[in-house]
Amino acid sequence: MSLLDVQGLTIRYGDETVVDGVDLFIDRGESVGLVGESGSGKSQSALAILGLLPRQAIATGSIEFDGQQILGASDSVLNTLRARRIGIVFQDPMQALNPYLRIGTQLRQIPLTHGLCEKTEIDARVIDMLASVGLPDPERQFRAYPHELSGGMRQRVMLASALIAEPDLLIADEPTTALDVTVQAQILDLLEDMRDNTALLLITHDLGIVAGHCEHTIVLDRGRLVEQGPTTSVFAAPNHAHTKTLLAAAPRVDRGDVPEPVKGSTILSVGDAVVDYRDLQAVSKVSFSVKKGETVAVVGESGSGKSSLVRAMLGLIPMASGRVVYAGSHLEGPVESRAQAPRRDLQLIFQDPVSALNPQMRVQAIVGEPLLVHEPRLNAAARAERVTEILERVGLSQKFLRRFPHELSGGQAQRVAIARALILNPRVLVCDEAVAALDGSVREQVLNVLREVQADTGLSIIFISHDLAVVRSISHRVLVMYLGRLVEMADSQSLFAAPKHPYTRALLDSVPVPDPVAVQKRAPLRGEVPSPVNPPDGCVFHPRCPKADDRCASKAPALRDFNGVRVACHYPNA
Amino acid sequence: MSGNRSIRVTAGILLAVATAALVGPWISPHDYATTNLENILSAPSLSNMHLFGTDDLGRDLFVRTMLGIRITLLVAIVASLVSLVIGVSYGAIAGFVGGRLDAAMMRFVDTLYALPFIFLVILLMVAFERNFLLIFVAIGAINWLDMARIVRGQTLSLREREFVEAARLTGVSTLKIVFRHIAPNLIGIVVVYVTLTIPQAILVESFLSFLGLGVQEPQTSLGALVDAGVKHMEGASWALLIPATLLALILLCFNFLGDGLRDLFDARHSS
Repeated sequence: MSLLDVQGLTIRYGDETVVDGVDLFIDRGESVGLVGESGSGKSQSALAILGLLPRQAIATGSIEFDGQQILGASDSVLNTLRARRIGIVFQDPMQALNPYLRIGTQLRQIPLTHGLCEKTEIDARVIDMLASVGLPDPERQFRAYPHELSGGMRQRVMLASALIAEPDLLIADEPTTALDVTVQAQILDLLEDMRDNTALLLITHDLGIVAGHCEHTIVLDRGRLVEQGPTTSVFAAPNHAHTKTLLAAAPRVDRGDVPEPVKGSTILSVGDAVVDYRDLQAVSKVSFSVKKGETVAVVGESGSGKSSLVRAMLGLIPMASGRVVYAGSHLEGPVESRAQAPRRDLQLIFQDPVSALNPQMRVQAIVGEPLLVHEPRLNAAARAERVTEILERVGLSQKFLRRFPHELSGGQAQRVAIARALILNPRVLVCDEAVAALDGSVREQVLNVLREVQADTGLSIIFISHDLAVVRSISHRVLVMYLGRLVEMADSQSLFAAPKHPYTRALLDSVPVPDPVAVQKRAPLRGEVPSPVNPPDGCVFHPRCPKADDRCASKAPALRDFNGVRVACHYPNA
Repeated sequence: MSGNRSIRVTAGILLAVATAALVGPWISPHDYATTNLENILSAPSLSNMHLFGTDDLGRDLFVRTMLGIRITLLVAIVASLVSLVIGVSYGAIAGFVGGRLDAAMMRFVDTLYALPFIFLVILLMVAFERNFLLIFVAIGAINWLDMARIVRGQTLSLREREFVEAARLTGVSTLKIVFRHIAPNLIGIVVVYVTLTIPQAILVESFLSFLGLGVQEPQTSLGALVDAGVKHMEGASWALLIPATLLALILLCFNFLGDGLRDLFDARHSS
């Protein structure tokens, strides 16, 4: 008999069916990946299994956990089940932890309420657990408050709390989506190591994670189960069209075409840019340039200073020192004090399209606003024509003109934001994590729009991203940043083929590959990005670097040139 | 009650009350000031057209109550407008300009907050005789402080939003950013807050009138009528119950209206 047996699960909210007749089984000790895009019903299914659906949800069908029916079970039955037999890890550990209670106090509750061990042994058991999920100095963390820990550490605590009762099933809902890629790799390894006989239901949008960590794969699409089977066969020979679409849209960091380097004249250059915040330096002396028609990616983990760098370049935040040269003229000071021509030519698109669009304005007004500023003589009809034209360019029909932002999906909203940025025919477009919030298939469409516009108009793109697989498919050149410093700059072909900096190598190795047959590497880096308030001496990367020695700890490496690749490392890879 | 329905119902009731207050005294055969010592404290009756009865001077309470509603609503609306104009511009400037100006302006607000306002109002009333205008000024002066704080907070967060950043980047002028991007996004919270300020102003006015510091005889307001009614609570309960009930009804309606409007604006902005 299966450990978990879900039959014909259907969940409705009013007239809307979010999960439609899903059947799934999980055997003891098995790991199952539940994948789908947003709105596919994967999280709703998990909530139903936990008996945590909100009141207004109507769930029908059957969910049996080890013979016990979960749908309609009493709260006391569910509580016992959740504490002792089913563990859960959510996406955002800060929301799952009570900020007013010490870590230890929260973790003690489970063994305490359910009498899992002697009262006198509880603290020791919790500390043991914290140690086994890789928390350094577990005695100290036992007394720490959640805000004192980093995101990765908090997720380790969540894992400890989910596993402390040694449950039969662990449900992990996008457990690493909020984390940096190197930390994600560590948490996924930990999940694998800790689980022993615990079955795993891993919910994710990332096919790479499923490929590397699940024996069985289930694909959901708009509430329906469209495909399931052993992970290797689902990936090797998908049956359903939706699975094929998902796989086709999943970029791979380890293979695929990399754009050829661009030859051309430099249009924009930044020299020795420094950005200071109150008590920290976000960007330290970074220089780079962009050629006409070139896509330059800026990659790095959170805190690397990539957003600060471009925002200072655009004049949205102050640049402490350094220079920005666009088309032969210096750009200085805040954006308001700059000449209109460069303001027209340099545009930005943001990560969250919803907050980038004024909720009170219609799409037509949003997209047309730049024209009011830069082409004030245009009459209303001509303006409307330009707006319609550019919307068509990004794949939106006329019916969107009258819509408000909240009437758009994430992908549509991002296309509106791109249309607004492109309507003035800019020369340089800065994309700050512009596709990070989008589902795979939508992301591919948006990237294609960018590629087409670039091919047609010679647009230069600065593409900030933490997702190296996406970067591989779109960028001609890559800058790798770590703690505000440029550590490697190379054309994409050489960077993805042979990264010179150990950090670049580690970043590439951390990205999950959507291929169960490919060798799945263990997390290459330990620890997390240190605080930029107090950066390490010498090479800032040395505390995490596998190659570091005394020299790295004392002397910061300069950016040096190796056949056109610039690297800041004492011991670069060949 | 869903947002839209509660707006329709409460706005309907308020409109009906206001219309009655405007039209009522005009239709009634009685006026608000004529005394009739032979017919004091008579119960409500249709035969002599004293719909709400008479008070201790034999004046018609229906007309006086309608008059009271007029004054109460007028005080509330004027006071809210005062708080709206001062509070919104003050808060928006502080929030948008930011920096030292913001700090200075908000410390000034804090200082005003620290003054015991009701006490100050009472002193003003005593010093300058009882002046009708003074009530507007006094109540408006209390309410704009909250409004300024709320608008400032909202402006601060709007200023950091990415659509404002996008507009700055494109070259939209600061004035246009304020009018096109900041102000429209403030309307929701301002409208809601105004509807919640009105009952507050009504309460302050009633309180002052109840203390005998509000409008002067023979003019009246709901608060003054309640005060007069309390004196004859035992023999002539209608003199207290009718204005008190109407006061409560008006307050409730404004509160529900505010809630309804908030739901309406929330629904439009949540995605």
